[in-house]
Amino acid sequence: MKSIEAKIVVLGAQGVGKTSVVIRYVGKLFSKHVSPTIGASFFTFKMTVDDYRVKLQLWDTAGQERFRSMAPMYYRKANAALLVYDITCRESFENIQSWVDELKKNVEGTIIMCVIGNKTDLVSRREVTREKAEQYADSINALYYETSALTNDGIQEAFLQVSLSLIKLSQTDKSSGLTVYDGSASLLNADGIIEDGIGDMNNHRRRRDSEDSNNASCCS
Amino acid sequence: MAALTEPTLPVQPLPPNDLEEVTPDDLVEEGAPGASEDHMLIAAESYEDINVAIDEQYHRGKDEKDKTKNEIEQSARELSIDDRSTTPSDEGRETPKEEVSSAEGKDRSNSMLGNRDRPQHVEEECYSPEWRQRQKHVFILSEAGKPIYTRHGNEDKLVTTMGVMQALVSFVQDNDDNIRFMIAGSHKFVFLNRPPVILVCVSHSVCFFCFHRFMIAGSHKFVFLNRPPVILVCVSHSAESTQQLLLHLTYVYNQIISVLTFSQLSKIFEKKSNYDLRRLLTGTEKFLDNLINLMDRDAMFLLSAVRCLPLASSVRDIIGQSIAQCKAKDLVFAILVGRDNQLVTVVRMKEHSLHPADLHLVFNLVDASTSFQSAESWTPICLPKFNSNGYLHAHLSYLDEECSACLLLLSADRDVFFELSEARQKIVTRLNKYNCLQAIRESLAKGSYKVAQIGIPDLRHFMYKSKSTAQYTSSELEAPYTEEGERHRLFGMYQYLHHRVHNSARPLKILFHVGSKETMLGWITSGFELYATFGPLVTKPAAINAINKLLRWIKKEEDRLFILNSYTY
Repeated sequence: MKSIEAKIVVLGAQGVGKTSVVIRYVGKLFSKHVSPTIGASFFTFKMTVDDYRVKLQLWDTAGQERFRSMAPMYYRKANAALLVYDITCRESFENIQSWVDELKKNVEGTIIMCVIGNKTDLVSRREVTREKAEQYADSINALYYETSALTNDGIQEAFLQVSLSLIKLSQTDKSSGLTVYDGSASLLNADGIIEDGIGDMNNHRRRRDSEDSNNASCCS
Repeated sequence: MAALTEPTLPVQPLPPNDLEEVTPDDLVEEGAPGASEDHMLIAAESYEDINVAIDEQYHRGKDEKDKTKNEIEQSARELSIDDRSTTPSDEGRETPKEEVSSAEGKDRSNSMLGNRDRPQHVEEECYSPEWRQRQKHVFILSEAGKPIYTRHGNEDKLVTTMGVMQALVSFVQDNDDNIRFMIAGSHKFVFLNRPPVILVCVSHSVCFFCFHRFMIAGSHKFVFLNRPPVILVCVSHSAESTQQLLLHLTYVYNQIISVLTFSQLSKIFEKKSNYDLRRLLTGTEKFLDNLINLMDRDAMFLLSAVRCLPLASSVRDIIGQSIAQCKAKDLVFAILVGRDNQLVTVVRMKEHSLHPADLHLVFNLVDASTSFQSAESWTPICLPKFNSNGYLHAHLSYLDEECSACLLLLSADRDVFFELSEARQKIVTRLNKYNCLQAIRESLAKGSYKVAQIGIPDLRHFMYKSKSTAQYTSSELEAPYTEEGERHRLFGMYQYLHHRVHNSARPLKILFHVGSKETMLGWITSGFELYATFGPLVTKPAAINAINKLLRWIKKEEDRLFILNSYTY
């Protein structure tokens, strides 16, 4: 069994639900009163996929204009980028395209991109069609998922596919910058060190979550 | 001491023999309770910025005083004639009503049509009765007159109102002078001009101000403070003095600097004078709203001091040591703050001290957002008193699941998140090992102390500031001040007391104020400031006796109530 450690950055305009998507996935929660992110929040998450232990380090960035200049700090070393927009807001979709341009210009290594159309629970107010978004995602060679943090739709699937792409990347591209640990003995060691180094906020909650995700991945 | 005659308020100066009684020798020799040589916080005087600015302006404008006064009056007349329908000043003719609870949040709904005869003004917010009944308004506008922020309502619907304010400010500025405040009816307008932005505060006010310059337009009072590059204006019908409203505006201004830095703010407007600053401030309204609400009820701003979480000094020492031992590169300040803006400790680089005004902004950051509760966060923050032109980078995290204490690690380096995260983990481990987090939780659960613990029967409540450490302590609010309206009224009384003893034209050392519902005593020495509330029937000697007893009690408890020794990196 191998172990992978990957960095993921979550980008998108303000109010599209970046934090809600992340908290829904990491914390299994949804709150109607999520405070706008200030700067960036850091989450870690562990899961098992296809005989790989995947450890995700998530940077949930703030969508507000004033923090835009800080973004390179987070995407520079990222292995994957989740580009979140709100399906009821055309502007937020256009914002994704400017992020993609920026990533292409500034990121040297391979970065896995996943476009996420959030808020499918508000489908009656949809402004961006699925076809159009899928077409765009294809054109930039990105994954595409539609999600709802409110109803917990599509989020598990999106993260699972991103993880699978990360594993694939680590197999095909040795210069991907992904940290891969071999063998179970060194894995435990490495894991232990990471655990100490990261400083999980809510150790209990996290541990519980990673157990959950282990189960989930067995089913998949 | 100057003898006081205040026709409307029953204020008496204490005769000298009483004063001697109040100043026991032992207290003078030992230093004030809570005093310390430690330089964790900068000892700040109330209104220090404002007084400097006012003095400067006063001396500069002295020669043209009369000329200016005439012109201000003229401009005020123009305001009331040309555009009286669009200024909030009209509401002074209505009976001011109690402010709707601030907890209900902003009313950004459509303004109502207040007057059918003026359909061309349908959009303006000032026709909405709810909007007009607000107790205190704060406006920020750019020097070009573009709306940036309003406390109540939607700034898009205040374009004309803000335009008038901008016209007033620039009219007076053309004469090399600054408009600071004006009175119109029962309203007071306070302006703070920090080009390229203007901040305005409007308040329904019981006017007890003493200023070099003010003007009366109709029956309304306007107050302005003009500091390049922005203008801030305040309108309120609370009991605050002009200086206190200016202090609020200064904090609001500093909050903007804290988000953008002064250099970024000036650069933006140098490039484009009609820039819409709201673009860069989206998401910041929350912090401005919260700050203004806090200033309406928390004495820390008024006193220019911080309140510490009561902790045994041995526990606080362990906390300080634990944090100081977990160093990281370029770590400038580590701040641990408990719920309700109570400081647990500050660990700092040896050569740097924190200004209480900066610490207040840090408190507001933590207080206004729940975003930090879900994960570790990393954000730039500018501390205007520390360096108004640059950012520090803050690692923010709560130390336990209950979110009882938030740790901020402030570094000059933007790439050290993981180092700080590691330091934080070590700190948590240590604090848990020595049961410090448990001690913090217990102290938070217990709250402050009841005044009955001190054993002074007539004393209802007090606030005590140790000047050298810029820290203050106060007892819990108990009946009859547990109800919102009464609490608000008491806070207004403290504001009044504070204003009287800090009056720049006629500062007082001691003030004994007999009111119908309570008797209050304010006392300023070189070492401390004390504000105490007694029952209405207390006699002066009894009050002074009580104060002596109180000072001895604070002295006895000072290790627990104040941070007397701080740790450094």
